[in-house]
Amino acid sequence: MMLIECPWCGPRDQSEFRCGGEAHIVRPTDSEGMSDAEWADYVFMRKNPKGIHHERWFHAHGCRRWFNMTRDTVSDRILAVYKVGETSPVGDGAAAEAGAEASK
Amino acid sequence: MSRYSIFTLARNALTNHENWTEAWRSPEPRPDYDVIIVGGGGHGLATAYYLAAEHGITNVAVVEKGWIGGGNTGRNTTIVRSNYLYDASAGLYEHALKLWEGLTQELNFNVMFSQRGVMNLAHDHHEARDLKRRVNANRLNGIDSEWLDRQQVLDFCPILNRDPAIRYPVYGATLQRRAGTARHDAVAWGYARGADARGVDIIQNCEVTGLDIQGGRITGVETTRGRIGAKKVGVVVAGHASVLAAMAGLRLPIDSHPLQALVSEPIKPVMDTVVMSNAVHAYCSQSDKGEMVIGAGIDLYNSYSQRGSFDVIEETLVAICEMFPILSRLSMMRQWGGVVDVCPDASPIISKTPIGGLYLNCGWGTGGFKATPGSGHVFAHTIARDEPHPINAPFALDRFASGALVAEHGAAAVAH
Repeated sequence: MMLIECPWCGPRDQSEFRCGGEAHIVRPTDSEGMSDAEWADYVFMRKNPKGIHHERWFHAHGCRRWFNMTRDTVSDRILAVYKVGETSPVGDGAAAEAGAEASK
Repeated sequence: MSRYSIFTLARNALTNHENWTEAWRSPEPRPDYDVIIVGGGGHGLATAYYLAAEHGITNVAVVEKGWIGGGNTGRNTTIVRSNYLYDASAGLYEHALKLWEGLTQELNFNVMFSQRGVMNLAHDHHEARDLKRRVNANRLNGIDSEWLDRQQVLDFCPILNRDPAIRYPVYGATLQRRAGTARHDAVAWGYARGADARGVDIIQNCEVTGLDIQGGRITGVETTRGRIGAKKVGVVVAGHASVLAAMAGLRLPIDSHPLQALVSEPIKPVMDTVVMSNAVHAYCSQSDKGEMVIGAGIDLYNSYSQRGSFDVIEETLVAICEMFPILSRLSMMRQWGGVVDVCPDASPIISKTPIGGLYLNCGWGTGGFKATPGSGHVFAHTIARDEPHPINAPFALDRFASGALVAEHGAAAVAH
């Protein structure tokens, strides 16, 4: 059970939120030139790491806004909460692509 | 392997059961094997068993980071059924169910397979239409399945709430009479004993930390007990599938989630079947010890923590209390979580990979236990022949590029 710090509402119970899965997946721009395998990679394939994970969360029963979280998937410890379009202050380098993410 | 029988039981009783031999050895790993199975759960042990028993490949090791059957094999709610919607799934799960029906004799180990029936409840007209469609699809595939109306459901399981005014009243149900439950630990132990007797090395407390790949082909695995060479490697590690795949540079369409279950204090027999409800997200059966075995849902975030959130349990128990008012005062004795590997189409991946000699069996999500014998059987075929068995051909990894998904969300639900 997690206490989640919504960037807009402050600390709230986890049951108010929905997890939206892996963050910083950038929608490809060259969609017509992509192979089926490249589409599969974008649509279905996920990092699913054991350790540091950047993910999207939605404050469903609150302000109804999306934000990002960096969390350790082994301990469930929340390492950082940051807004859409920002880069995680904690990272494994993967978050460097965060700037390219389109606003939700 | 000494065969178990009424006579060996009597003979050992005379010596206070102090002279039973170990059911399997605990050998040191050899430097090389023909096949290494990574993951000593039910599916991995079954794979090793069928490699030896059906394909004559006995130079095999099963490497397990903890103890065999200590992961999801020992954490599920032991339900076995095959009433899936699509032809591909029906083929796979019915193949498994047929193996279940002869498994105790095949393994000479009592897996306590009890065909007590599984009911899937409907609470309204629309759900009933959906479930009747599944009944018809099952029957076309030769799977026993029938529709029970409200009164038949209440007769079949009298402890169900018969109040028509509750939020989710009983409307009807599907019933698969050949479905039921099995003893989960016994499945792991039975396959381990059978595989060991045919020469398979079962190596516990041995975690795989890397995969040796040279020129696009697997040559062995790095483990906490040193390197072990192998011509072929089958990865059957459930929630850790993505971690192992990453060692081979592969990405999988899998997210790992906690899935919880819990059991009550034991009570006298009140329920001789399995009841599941997708709408209220709860399912329940009674173990031979008398505990009510209750399955909850997954937590929606990724986690490898083997524990879930309390709100998920609360939601499940709210539904259980309404469905079965008789259980509302029971204390819950134990609660636990496992890490399940959820695929986007709620179907497994039993497949070759782009790396020669490396095979994957994963993505069973919330419902792998029921498929244990069939999964091991077709995966052994895939490894031995380097091509899929016709039954698991539709469950290849490349279906995510081709688009030929096997979307079983309705039949998979959360139950396993």
